[in-house]
Amino acid sequence: MAIRTDTASAENLAAELPQRQHRTLWGDVWLRFRRHTLAKVGAVVLALLVLGVLAGPLVYTVDPEYSFIVDDIDSINQSPSVAYPLGTDDLGRDTLARNLFGGRISLAVGVVAMIVSITFGTLVGVLSGFFRRLDNPLMRFTDLMLALPSLPLLLVIIMLFRDSLKSLLGPELGIFLLVVLVIGILGWMPTARVVRGSVLSIKEKEFVEAAVSVGTREPAILWQHILPNVLSPIIVSATLGVAAAILTESALSFLGLGFPSNVPTWGRLLFENKDFITQNPWLVIWPGMFISLTILSINFIGDGLRDALDPRQRR
Amino acid sequence: MGQYLVRRILTIIPTLIAISFVIFAVLDLAPGDPTSALPETIRPEIRQQIRKAMGLDEPFPVKYGLWMRQFFVNEPLSLIENAFDIQIGDSEERLRVTSWGSRGVPVMDMILERLPQTMWVVGLAYLVAIVIAVPVGVISAIRQYSVFDQVGTFFSLIGYSIPTFFTGLLMILLFSVKLKWFPMIYDTNLSIVDWDSFVQQLRQSAMPVAVLGFFQAATLARFTRSSMLDNIPMDYVRTATAKGFRERYVVIRHILRNSLIPVVTLIALGIPAIFSGAIITEQIFRVNGLGALLIGAIQLNDIPLVQTVTFIFAFLIVVFNLIADVIYGILDPRIRYS
Repeated sequence: MAIRTDTASAENLAAELPQRQHRTLWGDVWLRFRRHTLAKVGAVVLALLVLGVLAGPLVYTVDPEYSFIVDDIDSINQSPSVAYPLGTDDLGRDTLARNLFGGRISLAVGVVAMIVSITFGTLVGVLSGFFRRLDNPLMRFTDLMLALPSLPLLLVIIMLFRDSLKSLLGPELGIFLLVVLVIGILGWMPTARVVRGSVLSIKEKEFVEAAVSVGTREPAILWQHILPNVLSPIIVSATLGVAAAILTESALSFLGLGFPSNVPTWGRLLFENKDFITQNPWLVIWPGMFISLTILSINFIGDGLRDALDPRQRR
Repeated sequence: MGQYLVRRILTIIPTLIAISFVIFAVLDLAPGDPTSALPETIRPEIRQQIRKAMGLDEPFPVKYGLWMRQFFVNEPLSLIENAFDIQIGDSEERLRVTSWGSRGVPVMDMILERLPQTMWVVGLAYLVAIVIAVPVGVISAIRQYSVFDQVGTFFSLIGYSIPTFFTGLLMILLFSVKLKWFPMIYDTNLSIVDWDSFVQQLRQSAMPVAVLGFFQAATLARFTRSSMLDNIPMDYVRTATAKGFRERYVVIRHILRNSLIPVVTLIALGIPAIFSGAIITEQIFRVNGLGALLIGAIQLNDIPLVQTVTFIFAFLIVVFNLIADVIYGILDPRIRYS
């Protein structure tokens, strides 16, 4: 099986090559990624979702907080129709508008929390892989963090610091920063371990030895020689990190401990609407479907990237 | 092995102390005053006395030390007393960790009351997960790229990506609202006295168990499959086949036995995660378990209860990490401890 795809891809490459002078590393990655069917499907779905929540509210200009009861007393708990494409909730608010708006926040939380955890994880991983003296304490610290029960601790920290951050920075920004920071800080450990492992193996390679022997200073070795080579595990765990962060935020909101009720993230919508499941099942189907689609497509992309970035597949 | 075991058990002590410190510090350093929930009409000097009686004015190390003694000495002693119905020392004078929300009920008693519900759901779910995941993973690996494998891999990716709070709600929608097969809400007061109530118990457990079990099964099946695939190209498999053993025998006696080593380890490592998962599942189906206790305590600002439940979760993680390590050592003689 493996051999067959290899020759097939070689032919594909050969067909494309004549007009191209040289192949870049990222060009190769892109080629391999495009051959991964599920990853391609995931990328398309995710692109549609991102486009939808970014451009959607500009096109579909219904206020997510506006209650249509004011105009029409029957407009609560509506099923999807022409007037309300995804229906309305128990207060007569438009479900599509709320889901579009909520998606913005859910995706933003996912991306920013991932940036926090990847930055921290990469820092710890590189430091403990590169500097032998730091290795033991940093890895003990990582082990300790891994032994902490993350979901209970997340809930506790958010409960404790919610009010003070809310009064400091306002309800929306305060909670956003808190949720993002806490998810990031409790989620960097797997990245740190993976990065440390890669740094340890790359450090022993001949090109690093060569760089040392010509007198390259340590920061330059780290930045120019080691970091570019550990980029692929970082990219993969960044991708999967977005999915994990979205999932965690949704779980928090689902337990009622995430964003306040005027900030409808997808998880918050599920939490608010789960009691109306008998009256109007659409209310939980939409946000649940959006969360699941997002996470599924990110996981597919992550799988595809893992294969595409694998240097053993390069030729 | 024996020496390793002792050393390994000794290392969990500093870990547990460090974790208890983190949990205590987070809750203690957090802004917010436990007396703020008391009525406004209480005069400031009385409020001050309440604070003092609760030990809130002591410096941080003293508070931590007192809490440690309550937690690691008094509570275990009381547990032993209750379990064996004996008395050790002056048990009336011994300060126990008590809940702020429930007027001085010992926290441990509340937890022991909730534990059976969680254990029942979590245990059954894990059993279901293992029973589904291992055969699916094994067959997928033996028949790699077959229709079974592709369907199985696809479903395990889906099961792994759809959050439990959504599958739970979908199940309620389908099986409770539309088909009316299972009750929507878990009745904790149901006591099993005869066949009918036993069936009732099974019916109400079906959905929480399925939700938790499928999610766990997805992860386990993926892992079993890749572990089998690691072992199939090994030399010993070729040798066994060359000796003329039938495929079934080679798969079960050779490949499976070796592939299950990491799987068993993962099963042990996954137990704390499934307890965390129970927090969400219990919320969906209103199971009155440990997770529901934690959420309730968080909403009531009941700090001692939150500290204790969180610490129990941490304890589970540390203990099952240890168990996973030990199982790995027993099952795989290639691991040498030095």
